[in-house]
Amino acid sequence: MPLPADTDVSTPKFLRDKYAIVGIGETTYTRGSDKTTRALGTWALRNAAEDAGIKTSDIDGMLSYSNNDSTSATFMAGDIGARLNFYMDCVGGGSSTEALIGIAIGVMEAGLCNCVALFRAMNGFSQVRIGGTGARSATPVGGDMLHSRAYGWQSAGQMFSPTFMRHMYEYGTRPEQVAMVKVVHSEHASNNPKAYYKKRYTVDDVLESRIICKPLHLLDCCVETDNATAIIITRADRAKDMRHTPALIRGIAGRCSKPRMDMHYQAGPISRVGGYYAKDILWPNAGVGPEDIDATGAYDAFTFTSMLQLEDYGFCKKGESGDYVSSGITRLGGRRPNNTSGGHLCEGYTHGMNMVIENVRQLRHDVDDSCPVGADGKRQHTYDYREGGCRQVKDIEVTANLGWANPMTGSAMVMRRG
Amino acid sequence: MSIQGNYLGMSLSIDDLDKENLTYFAHCARHGFHLQKCDDCGLLRYPPTTGCPWCSSPRATWTGVEGKGEVHSYEEVHHAIQPAFKAHTPYMVLLVDLDTQKGQPSEFEALRVVGNLTTQDGVLAPPELVRQVGIGTRVRLVFSDVSEGLSLPQWAIDTTAKQPDKPWRYPQE
Ligand SMILES: [Zn+2]
Repeated sequence: MPLPADTDVSTPKFLRDKYAIVGIGETTYTRGSDKTTRALGTWALRNAAEDAGIKTSDIDGMLSYSNNDSTSATFMAGDIGARLNFYMDCVGGGSSTEALIGIAIGVMEAGLCNCVALFRAMNGFSQVRIGGTGARSATPVGGDMLHSRAYGWQSAGQMFSPTFMRHMYEYGTRPEQVAMVKVVHSEHASNNPKAYYKKRYTVDDVLESRIICKPLHLLDCCVETDNATAIIITRADRAKDMRHTPALIRGIAGRCSKPRMDMHYQAGPISRVGGYYAKDILWPNAGVGPEDIDATGAYDAFTFTSMLQLEDYGFCKKGESGDYVSSGITRLGGRRPNNTSGGHLCEGYTHGMNMVIENVRQLRHDVDDSCPVGADGKRQHTYDYREGGCRQVKDIEVTANLGWANPMTGSAMVMRRG
Repeated sequence: MSIQGNYLGMSLSIDDLDKENLTYFAHCARHGFHLQKCDDCGLLRYPPTTGCPWCSSPRATWTGVEGKGEVHSYEEVHHAIQPAFKAHTPYMVLLVDLDTQKGQPSEFEALRVVGNLTTQDGVLAPPELVRQVGIGTRVRLVFSDVSEGLSLPQWAIDTTAKQPDKPWRYPQE
């Protein structure tokens, strides 16, 4: 794909590379954290500050997102000794990380604060199950929800499946192609010591796992885990005082949506996802195109969600993502690896933030795999991607994160090595 | 006045402020299918809204619509999330293109009405019926009666229509 025309869109181009992710932090990815989301969140925030080489009290802006399953910034800030000049807790899931980084840039650009921490803290296994089982599944159904939940159409997998099924019908996408997403991401996870599932799976493993909601097998669905993740964003000119090579933010598209968000299936084609619209904001904002990207973080709440985003953002032709994910391109060692941490399918479920964290580590050329650490404190990467080995992408310079809320809404971000 | 009912052990309700859904379901309770037709652009819409998604006009008139169409996409739930549905797996959620207004406002649109596959009398379909249905199956609207004043629109195979030789089904069966 040629570089897009240098047209102006919503973000003034002078903001390219003006802000950077300078700190990343996470808890362990676990089931049964035995901690409140408040304790998990402050753990991740402290780790992010340490990673950046700043004091937690240097944080003066805070953003978070949740679906009423977390703790507000108002509790987190005091626990880490930060007095805030700005905070905002938003409702949202998978389209939030990139969109809220966009908000962080906006409020810093407006002079409201200087250093923003973004966190997502959740007990997605032991408290509010992300798969939708447990207490949430039995709540009364009222008003507009009568058009969905009254039909047993409620969980994420259930709500997205008509999109996936129609894609198979329209483009001949095959179950064994879709399964390749899990296969590849599980290979990546096997080289990620902190991944919740490190086991490598085969296509047959996926196809032989039980059907949850046809076309989704159990292994087409992401893991449910307890964890918190945090990211620290500040101006790139301040990043030089910090510990690591900054990940410069090139461009963002935030919560870009299809028409009829009250029921997006009313607008077609239904195999099209929000990324179809977001690409026209993302690529001109970033000043690059899909061909310039060295690694992607395409949201994998399900195998299919990675595929639909990759094709609608233009990494392959519409309808050809089955071939794309089966071709080896998305594998470590391939032209453009996807979700090198193992993503939501294997590493852990964080509503998108761990995929951004992974790409920040990749751009530092310092992913936390099992390669030996040298005298300079940096890993000596072998680029041998066999099981248990390296997962650093060689000479990586530019990444794209493609966040997914549902088929109608997506957010995205391009970063480059500073 | 608000509407309440209990369906498969699940509590359903419509608040008395929710005029759009109250009207929609009042028609359903009489086994009639009515949608809002925009007074300005003339397009129907589903589900109920407070304004026209195609032209933004707030003015609309409830209009009877024929409940016939074709399955545009489907899913088959084998692992139910909601307790109400656990005894009924596998159940099918259908996204049906109504014949009325199909291809409007663009070739990619239709009034895509959600429902479960049910028997002709509105009972969730047994597995042998589920296996017969796929993309392209012709269906007709029926109703599941929940309580006095509340019925849910559902889809049953249209036995009077010409059916495709073999509707499209997920390839791994
Ligand atoms: Zn109108």
